Amino acid sequence: MQAIESFEVPTPPKVNYINAQYGLKSWLLTKDHKRIALLYLGSVTFFFFIGGLYAMMIRLELLTPQGDLLQSTTYNKVFTQHGIIMVFFFLIPSIPATLGNFLIPMMIGAKDLAFPRINLLSWYIYLAGGLITIYALLAGGVDTGWTFYTPFSTTFSNSYVVATGLGIFINGFSSILTGLNFIVTIHTMRAPGMTWFRMPLFIWSHYATSLIMILGTPVIAITVLLLAFERVARVGIFDPALGGDPVLFQHLFWFYSHPAVYIMVLPGMGVISELVANFSRKNIFGYSFVAFSSLAIAVFGFLVWGHHLFVTPQSVYAGMIFSFLSFAVAIPSAIKVFNWTATLYKSSISYDTPMLYALGFIGLFTIGGMTGLFLASLATDVHLSDTYFVIAHFHYIMVGGTLMAYLGGLHYWWPKISGRMYPEGWGRFSALVIFVGFNLTFLPQFVAGYLGMPRRYHAYPPEFQVFNVLSTAGASILGFGMLIPAIYFVWSMRYGKHAEANPWHLPGLEWRTQSPPPTENFEVTPIVTWDAYEFAPREETEVVGKFGPELERI
Amino acid sequence: MIEAHATTEDVHAHPALQHHFENMEQQREAGTLGMWVFLVTEIMFFGGMFLAYTLYRSLYPWAFASASNHLDITLGAVNTGVLILSSFTMAMAVYFTQIGKLRPQVWCLVLTLVLGLTFLGIKGVEYYDKYEDRLIPGYLIPSRPFGPAVQQEGQPFDEHKLHLLHGATVRQVEMFYWIYFAMTGMHALHMIIGAGLISFLIYFSLRGRYDPEYHSPVEVVGLYWHFVDIVWIFLFPLLYLLGRHLEHG
Repeated sequence: MQAIESFEVPTPPKVNYINAQYGLKSWLLTKDHKRIALLYLGSVTFFFFIGGLYAMMIRLELLTPQGDLLQSTTYNKVFTQHGIIMVFFFLIPSIPATLGNFLIPMMIGAKDLAFPRINLLSWYIYLAGGLITIYALLAGGVDTGWTFYTPFSTTFSNSYVVATGLGIFINGFSSILTGLNFIVTIHTMRAPGMTWFRMPLFIWSHYATSLIMILGTPVIAITVLLLAFERVARVGIFDPALGGDPVLFQHLFWFYSHPAVYIMVLPGMGVISELVANFSRKNIFGYSFVAFSSLAIAVFGFLVWGHHLFVTPQSVYAGMIFSFLSFAVAIPSAIKVFNWTATLYKSSISYDTPMLYALGFIGLFTIGGMTGLFLASLATDVHLSDTYFVIAHFHYIMVGGTLMAYLGGLHYWWPKISGRMYPEGWGRFSALVIFVGFNLTFLPQFVAGYLGMPRRYHAYPPEFQVFNVLSTAGASILGFGMLIPAIYFVWSMRYGKHAEANPWHLPGLEWRTQSPPPTENFEVTPIVTWDAYEFAPREETEVVGKFGPELERI
Repeated sequence: MIEAHATTEDVHAHPALQHHFENMEQQREAGTLGMWVFLVTEIMFFGGMFLAYTLYRSLYPWAFASASNHLDITLGAVNTGVLILSSFTMAMAVYFTQIGKLRPQVWCLVLTLVLGLTFLGIKGVEYYDKYEDRLIPGYLIPSRPFGPAVQQEGQPFDEHKLHLLHGATVRQVEMFYWIYFAMTGMHALHMIIGAGLISFLIYFSLRGRYDPEYHSPVEVVGLYWHFVDIVWIFLFPLLYLLGRHLEHG
């Protein structure tokens, strides 16, 4: 207990990572993982709003059955760019590059990531990739769908495919470097006593995410490179007219892009594990199961890409195996959901904003996961393939899952990141608005898709209008809900109440230093003698009061 | 791996120790692991091209054999030897750094660099031959698209003409050459980067930057260099040694 007592820190802190240095240069050349996390936070938010604008245009166009707002060619570009921006420039870096970057060293008791310079480099690479992509969008856009299927993308599309591809190629290296940094940091930088099974589950899920990043991203890099050469030099590798095989492109593309779904959702699951355990003030149920299910998802995730090719000439036997393996991914995912639920059982839950997002995540992720099984089944997929059912399914995972977790995590760690509290009332209100708006947007799409409404068209038969009107109404509510946190986070940076070192009264290492933390994170290297989520026994809590013993431990 | 590096205060910290590491051992371990992880990404990167190779070789086996026969096996074999030798000199450079012998360390690095550049030079000669025979695929060279001369039945043997086996077509041969250029070109790019890294090492080791306590940069570049060699060890048989038994030459 000696070591723990040494963590008492004076509040409010005089010197922290934000005011340690001033000036633009001190930010643009920083090697501090916390500052780099903030750089990422700003830039992913920027891309999120661009992607959101495209989403708005899609929903407005689909309000009426006729193609009246946008021409079909413009609409092709709008949904393509919505997908590219959201997937590559928001969802993939969102949680790992901001929350992961900020928290991984703090949670394992390190002063920084293993390679601070590479960390900064990854942000510049991300920025370069993003700017090239924005250039492509401004120059004329791209209309291939975010999937770039050949031979349309290589031979027929008359848009900026190569420039966009280059942006994605470059951006991929930022993801590779982030993953590399995380893996090395988790292996070599843990504080004394921080054993693998004392690590918070957030770390485990980021470890699994990093594995996918380093194993998958190089494949999309080479794929996009081959695509660009094919388009420029007509070498024929994906062109059936020249003896090439367009399905090879789909295999290569989905070999990355399916695991990429787990890059997006696994960090979210890590956030939810933290939120569920900490806001029910109870050790997570089945720690090692949750930890290993992350790794299982990472491994299985690489073996299921063929379920995107059920309607191609892929062998039917391969299809059966891919279908079976896709069902198998449901097992580790369900382990997580059941363990979160079991953690909630008979615990003392507090319904703060982060927990509202976490509870939302569990429900929405379950719906998203279960509808995935429809698409993993060979027969039903033939009916549902390329319909709005698919759209609704993956938005439930990506928005209902990743985005909810991202917002929940952002609220939860905001006092640590900014040193200020966000307004709790507004937080809860916006969480509810977002939840309602989200469901209103995407639930009707399941029905429309099941009834046969195809994706990627700007006009549709009038009988689908009711679903689209509901969906657009929901999207408006969702958009409004998103604006509220955007406003009060900025507001709170200046006017929010000062945060204590440990506003939630939790045992995690990141809460045992001042808010905001000093540049070196901890004044002395901590020595860890406790497990993650080790709350005091119930009896003590009852005697001393709700937060008593934990406070004493800190 | 590292479980307890509890000593916060190393009495005499090495000047190369970065602020966020506890000690040199931790820093070295992080650097080495980082390079290993990076090499894993490289394997996946080349893996995409190996997949394409596997697919098209199984689709067009005779075209691949014909095209492979047309490659210069002598230059390829010499280059293989050059690279293996450079891996040896690189390993020796790491060894001499670890035992703190500055002079042989620099010499080994210089030798490695020279061998690496030799490889690139020979590769350049091979590429030029392919250019001469119009074997650069597609419109990679816009003014000189793919269009090799084909050896006809009964004509005298001409080493600049493509000898097609068992009904292979020129278009299928083009696929082989695209994969050949993609893979060897990407490999050559890695060699160039490696040569740059070794030049840095030579510059700093001449200034005595590396010693037995701080040798991880040499070690890490060494790992990279060996990796690039191993890629070639796979490329050489896959590209050069197909169907040699089917033809005298």
